[in-house]
Parts: sequence; C-alpha cells; structure tokens
Amino acid sequence: MSHAHHTSMGLDNRKMAFWAFIGSECLLFGSLISTYLIYKGKSTVGPFPHDVLNIPFTSFSTFDLLMSSLAMVLALAAIQRGDMKQGKLWLLVTALLGLVFLGGQYYEFSSFVHEGLGLTTNLFGSTFFVLTGTHGAHVTVGVIWLLTLWVQALRGKLGPEQAVTVEITGLYWHFVDVVWIVIFTLVYLIQ
Amino acid sequence: MSEQAHATTGTYLRIAAILVMITLIEVGVFYVPAFQPVLVPLLLVLSLVKFVLVVLFYMHLKFDSRLFAFLFSGPLLLAVGVMIGLLFLFFGAVRLRTGT
Amino acid sequence: MKSWLTTTDHKRIGQLYFWTALGFFLIGGLEALVIRAQLARPEGIGVSAEVYNQLFTMHGTTMVFLALMPLSAAFFNYIIPLQIGARDVAFPRLNAFSYWVFLLGGLFLNASFVAGPLFGAGSLSVAPDAGWFGYANLTSRQFSPGPNVDFWVLGLQILGIASLAAGFNFIVTILNMRAPGMKLMRLPVFSWMTLVTQFLVITAFPVITVALVLLMFDRFFGTHFFVPSGGGDPILWQHLFWLFGHPEVYILILPAMGIVSEVLPTFSRKPLFGYTVVVYSGVLIGFMGWGVWSHHMFSVGLGPIADSVFSATTMLIAVPTGVKIFNWIGTMWGGQIRFTTAMLFAVGFIAMFIIGGLSGVTHASPPADLQQTDTYYVVAHIHYVLFGGTMLGLFSGMYYWWPKMTGRLLSETLGKWHFWLTFVGMNLAFLPMHFSGLLGMPRRIYTYGPELGVTRLNEISTAGAFLIGISVLVFLVNLWWTRKRGEPAGNDPWQGATLEWAIPSPPPVYNFTVIPRVESRLPLWVTEHHGAMAPLPLTPPAPIHVPGGSWWPLITAFGLPLIAVAAISHQLWLAFVALAVVIVGIYRWAYEPFEV
Repeated sequence: MSHAHHTSMGLDNRKMAFWAFIGSECLLFGSLISTYLIYKGKSTVGPFPHDVLNIPFTSFSTFDLLMSSLAMVLALAAIQRGDMKQGKLWLLVTALLGLVFLGGQYYEFSSFVHEGLGLTTNLFGSTFFVLTGTHGAHVTVGVIWLLTLWVQALRGKLGPEQAVTVEITGLYWHFVDVVWIVIFTLVYLIQ
Repeated sequence: MSEQAHATTGTYLRIAAILVMITLIEVGVFYVPAFQPVLVPLLLVLSLVKFVLVVLFYMHLKFDSRLFAFLFSGPLLLAVGVMIGLLFLFFGAVRLRTGT
Repeated sequence: MKSWLTTTDHKRIGQLYFWTALGFFLIGGLEALVIRAQLARPEGIGVSAEVYNQLFTMHGTTMVFLALMPLSAAFFNYIIPLQIGARDVAFPRLNAFSYWVFLLGGLFLNASFVAGPLFGAGSLSVAPDAGWFGYANLTSRQFSPGPNVDFWVLGLQILGIASLAAGFNFIVTILNMRAPGMKLMRLPVFSWMTLVTQFLVITAFPVITVALVLLMFDRFFGTHFFVPSGGGDPILWQHLFWLFGHPEVYILILPAMGIVSEVLPTFSRKPLFGYTVVVYSGVLIGFMGWGVWSHHMFSVGLGPIADSVFSATTMLIAVPTGVKIFNWIGTMWGGQIRFTTAMLFAVGFIAMFIIGGLSGVTHASPPADLQQTDTYYVVAHIHYVLFGGTMLGLFSGMYYWWPKMTGRLLSETLGKWHFWLTFVGMNLAFLPMHFSGLLGMPRRIYTYGPELGVTRLNEISTAGAFLIGISVLVFLVNLWWTRKRGEPAGNDPWQGATLEWAIPSPPPVYNFTVIPRVESRLPLWVTEHHGAMAPLPLTPPAPIHVPGGSWWPLITAFGLPLIAVAAISHQLWLAFVALAVVIVGIYRWAYEPFEV
C-alpha cells in the first residue's frame, strides 16, 4: 500500500497510528484494572479470590502467552528476511498458542461458574469477568487477525513488502501479552 | 524503512527464557511463606521487568523512533497516575462514607 | 450523491461534519428554547417534569457531543491538511468512517425522541433523561427502568468510536504529513491546539468507554458496579465520568482557542504575541487537565485532603489559560485592527471566556463551590465558557474560513447583526444565572415557586435565549444569501499568513499544485526575518494521483448503530448480523486496493 510518500518524521503512518492506539488502550485497561482494585475485598458474599483462583493453571496460561510472543517475533523476523515457510509456520504457532490461551480462559470461566462465581454473584465476579473478559476479547480479535494473515500467506500474498503489517500485528499481540502480565500479577498473584 | 540495530533470533530466545524464569520465580514467591512480607513489591518489580523486556525487545521499542516510546509511555504513565490517584481517593484520604 | 457517500476527501468530509453538526446545533437550540419558555414563569405548566428531564439531558448531550465537537471536527477536517501543506489526512477512509459513525450515532440518540411507541409508550417519553453526565445510581435499572438511559449509554459509545478514530488519524496527520520545512514550532496554532486536543481524545475517551460499559453491564446483565445494594459505589461512576469529563472540556475549548489564535493576528496585521508560550500553555493545559477532575465532586464528601489537592490543581490550571489571554491581548496591542465579523467573534470570545473562567475559578474553592454546585451558577459558568467561549470561537472560524471553503465571503452586514444579537442575547441569557444560582435556584428543576425570588432573572434569561435564537436565524440567512450573492473571495481575502491562503478558494481536490517548502511560521507574510513564500504554480507540473472513494467506511459504520438497536430491542440475532456487517466491512476495507 505505501510507496514513496514524503513523511515529516520518516516513519510509517500505520505504525505511528498503532502506537498511539496502544497508548489509548493503556487507559482502557487501566480503568478496568482500577475498578478491579477499587472493589477488591469489597464483595459482601463469596466466592472470594482465594476460593477459586488457580495459580498453577493460570501460570501455564501465562507461560503459553509468553511463548506466543516468542513465536510472533520469530514469525516477523522470518517474513522480514523473506523466509515465508518459516513465516507461515510461526504465524500459525502464534495463533494456535493464542487459541490454547482462550481455551484455558473458557475452562477457567466455566469452572468458576460451576463453583458459584458468576458475573453477577458479587463484585469480585463482576470486576474479574469484565476485566479478563475484555482481555480475552482482545486475544480473540488477535487470533482472528493472525489467522487472516496466515491465510493471506498461504495464498502467496504475504511477503517482505508486507512486513510492516506483520509488525503491527505483532505490536498488538505483544501488547495483549503485556496486559496479561499485569493482570496475572495484580489479580492472581497479589490477592 | 531504515532499521537500526536489530535483535537477533538468539536474543529473542534468551529473552523468552528470562521471561519464563521470572514467571517461575513469581509463582515460587507466591507459594513460599517466607516471602509474604515483601510479596507485593517483589511481584511488582518482577512483572515490571517482564513488561519492559517485552516492550523494549519484542515490540522493538528500544530500536525504534523515540516518538513511538513517547506515544506509548505518555498514556501509560497517565494510566498509572490515574490508577494511583483513584486508589488514594478510595483507600487513602479520610472520607465520609454513607452506607457500609 | 454517490460521490458524497463514498467520499474520502477531507474537504468534503469537513463539509459533511459542518452541516450535520449545524443541524444538531439547531435541535439542541430548540431544546434550550423550550426549556427557557418553561422557566420564564414560576410554576410553569408547559411541559411535564418527565419531558423536561429529557429536554435538558438531550440539550447537554447534543450540544457537547453532536454540535460543539463535530463543528470543531469540521475545521480539523477541512483546514488541518491545508495548514500543514498536505493533500489529505493520513487515513482518508478512516476519516470518512468517523463522520458516518458520528452521523449514525447522533441519529440513534435522537431517534429516542420518537421511538416511544416501539416500547409501548408515547412519543417524547424514552429520550435520555438522567442528565448529560448520567450520575449513578439514578441511571440504574431500578431507578431508570425504561430505555431512556440505554439510548444514552449505547449512543455515546458509538460516538466515542468516531472520536477515537479521528483522534488517531489527526495525530498521525499532524506529526507525519507536514510539508518540508514545517517544523513543529512553525505549525499554525490551530494545528497545534488540534494536536493537543486529539491526544486528550485518545486518552480520555477510553475512560468514559469503561464507565459506560460498566453501566451497561449493570443495566443489561445485572451486575452491581454502581448499585449500592450489591456493594457498588455510585461515586466510582462520578470519578470515571469526570476523569473523562474534565479533559473533555479542554477538548471543547482548545480548538476554539486555536481558531482565535489565527484570527487575531490576521486582523491585527501582527504575528501572534508569544507563539512559543501560547503553544506550551496549550500543551500544559492538556497535561494539567488530567489533574483536576474531582473539582466536579466537591459536594460528594471526598474529605479535606482530596478537596484541597483538587482545589490547588484547579487554581493552578488557570495560569496557562491566563497566559494565553495576555498573549492574545498582546497580539492586538499596537496592531492595525480590522473589525471584521470573524474578529468581533474572536474578541468576544476573549471577553466571554474571561467571565466564564472567573466563575470557574470561584468553583475551585470547595467552600464556595458548596453553595454554587448544582445551582444555576454552574449553568452560567458552563454557558459562558462553552457558548461564550467555544461557540463564539467557532463562529469566528466560520466567518474566517467560509471564504476558503466556498469561494465566497459571508455578508459582513448580516455578520455584524449576527454578532451583536448573539453577544447581547448570550449575556442577557446567562449573566442573570449567576445570581439566580446564588439565590438558590437549583439546576434541572422543571419549575420553581415565586417565593424563590428568581422570577425576574428567569424572565431576562428567557428573553436572552430567544434573542440568541434570532441571531442564529440571522446567521442561517447569511449562509443562504451568500450561496449565490456572496462576494467572490479569491485565494486570500484576509491577507492571512498561513498556507491555506496560498491556494484557490475553494481549493482544488489535490489542495496544492506543488507541496510548498516552508521556511517560517508565517509563510505568506513579509517579516523582518524573511520574505513571502513564492506563489505556487497555477497548475500541477505532473498529474496528481487522487484516491477514489470507498463504500466500506459507510458500510462498516452502519454496523455500529445496528448493534445498538439490537441491544436496545434485546434481539440477539440482530446483534450477530450487525457484527457480521462490521467484520465483513473491515475485511473488505483492508483488502480494497486504495492508494493515498
């Protein structure tokens, strides 16, 4: 899409827009996390965090997401140097690891509901599900985005000339990972 | 586009290893009772390190234009500031509460 | 017609914003006139309390989100690329998307006036009615069971998307698409203030998005984020709303300050006094605007420490604002003043904004504010800064840039009538409100008793409001009359200094035959430091590629109000259809061959 257009800062428009978007998302997640923290300990009825949060399980989810970020940078590096075979592979791996994360979230959410913690049960339920649900929705969008690029690559329509697009995909994916790092710490580890 | 210094595949793998190790330490800290008194600051520092590593290397911010760092860190600092302000308002300052 | 639906040209999108916003402004104005007619006499029986609640809620919501912001957006769209020497914005299709989302969101919100029968009620019964800042827990399902607040929650979320998209677009445009030589400290002040405004937009709107989502969950899914019986704290709503709301008022005023900073130098034939200081003050106002939000909550019981902190930050923020005012006055001082209509509105802006700022400073003192808050004193403040400030600034911009956009000058005679009727009308309308407020007249009451002693003051306010109405009519006549009979403007009717005056009026679709190289802050003027820029060639040396239109912004935008309709009518299948429209729209948009 972009050819030799003069820019005043020598930067790609889309990349600049995306960093601004990521900045904006910090306020979005910041507000949700603030709401969680403000209402922490204010639930009048259980279940409470220590009743339901499963640290070993969630640690695995965290590990999974971190590995997906690794897969993403490997995908980008491959595509940047024109190695589309590796590029396709790592894009798919990233997406699959994302799906594993989502599967884990689904499992976690249903087991919580099974244990009596629903969206409306108490403030913990409401803040937890809205915060992690929003994050999960972001992961879902990311997986769809990655699979779209993978299909585009399968069709031979993704190459080094589209490296910036892949890079932006990576920025989104890593940001979603980084938000999870914050959530894992503030929600799960610091109870 | 001009790319300055670039991380290598080796760097990415090393960072991944560090991220996994820190996560393991975090979980360990969570479970070991001796760490309870310093749990919060320790976990905050550890997760901050993970955060910074992913942003600087995986998101390439270390090697990219400073404008991108500004577009990210400005709102990020704002979000953190707002969060701290809200926590002070709800838990810090003396305030009348109606109800509970 | 099709070309308007698929346009990606910033100049056309700017015109679409202008006319749509003007339409909403008239609706908001009508709402105001009914309010004022009701309050002219004590124990007024014109409208019921329920209708009255809808009127003031929609008046505020409409004026803030559907009139003032989009009128500013009209100028962002039309003027920014011209001022920075670009052919369009960074993302033309995203730009079109923002406009269509705004239009559809505004239509959704206003549809509530007639949608009553769809909910088994009469008309004028389901429009939003909980105030333009929707305090919890009045907005809970328990106390607002009908669809009124749902229209508000859903409508604002749609509008938020429009603003956010435009925010990203203009940040990239202003930072990355300036002409060669246009360093940041050579940017026209209007472009600078727009840049600061867009940073405020992209940081503040996510916060209100979260607040609205939490409220939506309370109302639709039974959570208790703001419901006390479930442990929720209604004060959290106030914090989240005002964390957005205060930056929002700077979003509303900074563009107008930018406009005034262009108009004053032009009609004083003098450069802006203290350009650097004015720019830095604008940036500072943007930052500091994040530190004052709880001054809207002094009566909530935050405690003495919180009250003191926010009181201090609020008083501090008056400083950069005051600095700008001195710089504007310094610009005029010793200048060759021409009192065109644009100049009259700009000077009027300064005077009225000072008054509004003064009442604002009195609000900064918590003990004083305890008497003022929730009374007509606040209404006076708001209207001096938003009407006397933003609206007068926008009118100034209209008279200043109308010739550039249409090729014809607005009538100066009608313009002066417009100005003086507006000026007298607004002061008649809003000055008495300081007094009626201090005498104890609360906001938002649909009627009052004669014993309150504010009858005469209300009569005067109502007279002023109708005078404003007449002034708007004069303005509309001016717009109509000059379509065919306005004096042709030429490139530069005002001898302006900035790049937009270097090209024909209206500009050709590609704006500049050749992108100029900029050597100074005032390219078109001769100063002691530099000569004037050489005139641009009349025709482009080589064919200039102009991107075509696209249907996808409109189609994608259409999915958003569709989701809202699905939500408000509780039809899940429709929500999926709407989501599909959005997703398909995005895919087709992404894969469409489109060259900027």
